[in-house]
Amino acid sequence: MSYSRIVWAHLRKDLRLEWRTKDSLNGMLFFALLVVVVFAMAFDPTSYPTIARQISGGLLGVAVLFSAMTALNQSWARELNNHVLDAHRLSPAPASALFVGKALANFLFVMLVELVLAPVFTLFYNLHPLGETWKLLIILPLGTWALVVNGTFFAVLSLRTRNRESLLPLVLLPISMPALLGLIQATTAVLTGQFEPTLWIKVLVAYAVVFTTVCVLLFDTVLGGD
Amino acid sequence: MTDTHKSSGFAGILGRTWLVLTFAVMAYGFYVAMTAPTEATMGNLYRVFFYHFPHTILSFVFPYLNLGASLLYLYWRPRNIERANAADAFAVASAELTVLYASVGLATGMLWGRAAWGIWWTWDARLTTYLLLWLSYVSYLLVRRFAAPGQTAIISAALAVFAAADIPICYMSIRWWRTQHPAPVFGGGADSGIDPSMYAAVLWNLAAWAMWGALILGVRYVVERRRQRIAAARALGYLESDLATGTHFHQEAGR
Repeated sequence: MSYSRIVWAHLRKDLRLEWRTKDSLNGMLFFALLVVVVFAMAFDPTSYPTIARQISGGLLGVAVLFSAMTALNQSWARELNNHVLDAHRLSPAPASALFVGKALANFLFVMLVELVLAPVFTLFYNLHPLGETWKLLIILPLGTWALVVNGTFFAVLSLRTRNRESLLPLVLLPISMPALLGLIQATTAVLTGQFEPTLWIKVLVAYAVVFTTVCVLLFDTVLGGD
Repeated sequence: MTDTHKSSGFAGILGRTWLVLTFAVMAYGFYVAMTAPTEATMGNLYRVFFYHFPHTILSFVFPYLNLGASLLYLYWRPRNIERANAADAFAVASAELTVLYASVGLATGMLWGRAAWGIWWTWDARLTTYLLLWLSYVSYLLVRRFAAPGQTAIISAALAVFAAADIPICYMSIRWWRTQHPAPVFGGGADSGIDPSMYAAVLWNLAAWAMWGALILGVRYVVERRRQRIAAARALGYLESDLATGTHFHQEAGR
């Protein structure tokens, strides 16, 4: 089987599992909505439209990152049932294909959450973007991939540690700070229209390329390391 | 077990000589730093620079040692487990030194910033990326504590590769962006550099703290190697007692 077909098989399996249970999606969606509400309580964005425009890029980034983290922990836990992960280790299929499939599945889930979240933000925070809104169609997928690719990698690392749930944020947040910053700055640039997001899109592209490569190269070692 | 309690003769003598030399250079560095001519604008406070500079420079060196050791660990792990363990011990030692030196760098930097800019902290590119460097290696040490025994080395080696990505960005930040932090002092543009009267103090202190870092690195490495040997011996002991009770059990069952 070719590499892409193995990736597709892994991806299809993850999508089907999620379709049957909808565990991660429901959790992520509700968590993200709660973040929107909590920040609305904290900052009262509707009374201050300019401030709302300046902060909602950051709030969106934080909401996405935090809700993604709730799903990332679960995404590998389902491979532990019935020793599926051990079966993956034994199989002759390239290990990185498993990683790419899993990262793609997580990426799709988080993008779905963002699709729901964007209109909610616009409604609740009374947003009128002043920049070129179509650029968000580049920025959001790029930023999401940058966050999710490292998140998927570190979730498999923390799978074999003592307090798994608390470890993932401790490792993921420092490493993904540049990606988060790029996502937030680029989104803010589009929402306020005060500066061009080009530099931050470049940062996101560089980050995504570098860390996707590192993840794919190291995954085999980490999965097989016992 | 005798070698775990006494350091062997030659290494011990070498270590003690190095310690004495380090203290001598440190003392002389302190003397030169305190007697260097007072700076025009900041007065005596600028002497913090003689400690800020060596510590931050060295806190860019230790992460690379950590990265190198981690990559060697990943390379040697399937080939030579003894060497891989040595590389892992070196990685721990260099990561701890990174956190130590970066902490001193942050603290002295804040003292300096308070005096020069009137604020303790600002979120400019250099300070932010430097804080990220510190955070990355603190999280590296946390992972080492949290990971399941037997998994620690491989997980942290993978993490080290990620953490190292910040070092060049932080190092270059004052060259790429216009920051509140001063532009590069050494190897910068045409108008960079310091007054020649300060060279002696800068270089002696750099030498002193590099020697001190090398000393702690060596000591920490030896301590970690002993810990590994004791852990291995203990695991072997459990295995043997397991085998012994196992045989016993079979005898019982056979009867």
